[in-house]
Amino acid sequence: MKANVDASVSLYRGSHFSRQRDSYRAAIFLFPTFALLLVFFFVPIVLTFYFAFTNMSLTGSASIHTEFVGFDNFSSMFADPNFRTAVWNTIIVLIFSAVIGQQVLGLIIALMMNERNRKFRSLIGTLVIAGWVTPEIVVAFIWFAFLSDQGTANIMLGWLGAKPVSWLYQFPMTSVVVANIWHGTAFSMLVFQSALGDVPKEVTEAAMIDGASGWQRLWRVTLPMIKGSIVTNMVLITLQTLGLFTLIFSLTGGGPGNKTETLPLYMYHQAFANYQLGYGTAISLILLVIGIIASISYIRFLKVQI
Amino acid sequence: MPKRSIRWNRFVAEKVIAYAVLSLIGVLFIVPLLWMIFASFDPAATLSVNVPAKPTLQNFASIVTDKANQRAFANGIFLSLGQSILIVIVAGLAAYPLSRYQLKFKRPFMYIILFTTGLPITAVMVPVYELFLYLHFEDSIIWTMMFLTATALPYAIWIMKNFMDSVPIDLEEASWVDGASVWASLRKIVVPLMLPGTFTVAIFTFSHSWGNFFVPFILIQTPEKLPASVSIYQFFGQYGTVEYGKLAAFSFLYTIPAVLLYILSQRYMSAGFNFSGGTKG
Repeated sequence: MKANVDASVSLYRGSHFSRQRDSYRAAIFLFPTFALLLVFFFVPIVLTFYFAFTNMSLTGSASIHTEFVGFDNFSSMFADPNFRTAVWNTIIVLIFSAVIGQQVLGLIIALMMNERNRKFRSLIGTLVIAGWVTPEIVVAFIWFAFLSDQGTANIMLGWLGAKPVSWLYQFPMTSVVVANIWHGTAFSMLVFQSALGDVPKEVTEAAMIDGASGWQRLWRVTLPMIKGSIVTNMVLITLQTLGLFTLIFSLTGGGPGNKTETLPLYMYHQAFANYQLGYGTAISLILLVIGIIASISYIRFLKVQI
Repeated sequence: MPKRSIRWNRFVAEKVIAYAVLSLIGVLFIVPLLWMIFASFDPAATLSVNVPAKPTLQNFASIVTDKANQRAFANGIFLSLGQSILIVIVAGLAAYPLSRYQLKFKRPFMYIILFTTGLPITAVMVPVYELFLYLHFEDSIIWTMMFLTATALPYAIWIMKNFMDSVPIDLEEASWVDGASVWASLRKIVVPLMLPGTFTVAIFTFSHSWGNFFVPFILIQTPEKLPASVSIYQFFGQYGTVEYGKLAAFSFLYTIPAVLLYILSQRYMSAGFNFSGGTKG
């Protein structure tokens, strides 16, 4: 289809307009895009690589005389136990809320929904999507109320005869992870639903006739067939969770102490609460490099047609 | 016969378990939302979930009539709507040559676009803030809108190009043969057929921008300029004792546009994909 379009365009080109005029017109059409991406995307990325090696600050003498300090920011960062905590917390959130939580729960929901009653399916789907459509800041409030001392979670525990738990203080990381699963699972569910929709029915039916059990069909037939979607989804939710800020910031503020402080919150606190812009940029550079690696692998896994 | 009944039982059991587990998941997803719904109608709301004894619209009324809240919603609409319009224009312009012409730099350009789609915005926020300070762009709704436009642009171009690829070029060619100029065929043929795609992009952009807390939180300082996403946070954080009923009502009102836009986007999405007929790139 695509090849046909290109061929017919070039057939017409000779009579209607020339290749040179095409590139001239393309340049005009693409100019606003170039300008916006250059100023607000590529310049900041290049600036990250420069500012990360300066002592730039919002207050004090370094705010007037910004100096190049080499790897100072990085050596103090790696010596800072809070940085190590932030890296560790980021990894925990990534693994438990994104890769295991959203991905596995989304896959389970999609698999169980397959071949169920249509109305039931859309009812459950709507409830899961409600969590996804709710703006992140509202998700934080809802979960703050849900997990508060008199909140719904403790009321439900009371029904089971258990004592109330101070969730946000005793289990802050679990709270963040669960809230993020609630917010993000719908995305994975939708990805897997459409992937499962593309699996031809004949294949699973053939396996069923050959006597394969439900598990065997899942492991040997269904999962291998949606492998591509699993990998793409994993990279996408990893990137989303890597940048997660609003939910943690307004649910726990990174606390208590720094128990839920991930890299984005650590970056925010250093740059905007301690006014160490250079140091904050150095953390930003670490995030950026992880993001670049994940983004490149995303493109590699995703076999796109351009 | 017995073998068959074992198989039949297993089949029923699998079905029953699936329905039970899915129902439980559904309940777990709705329960956290209940607090917001109940508290917003409860004049004496706390953090506990209670069915309001006397449900009123009092909380909503006090949110809607408050000048500061009106301004916050107006700022949010201005920011998100402005961004959506800019995105549609800029991405629409960019998509045309990328879809129709054979350009040498097309492939690397599309890869760069795809690459930037993936990067988390959080990672560039500190240098962007520094850039804004240097250019004196800080505390401006317009420049915040420009930055948001740039961040949403790669994704929008990608979708727009896919939609445009599915508008058959034959129709354009036919109008050229009839003597129409490139511009006229663009206006009369491509633009109308692109409407579903355009709405999809606009709705997507609006709802992402509407829900965005982090970017305006960093780039805008003056309380009068803040959109609803940020003023709701201040509402929550600034007062010692929060009026939970009002907070819930604000959250509810703030969530409604996101939900409506999602429903709308589903309609346009399916309309768009039906007409593309499965030839998306």
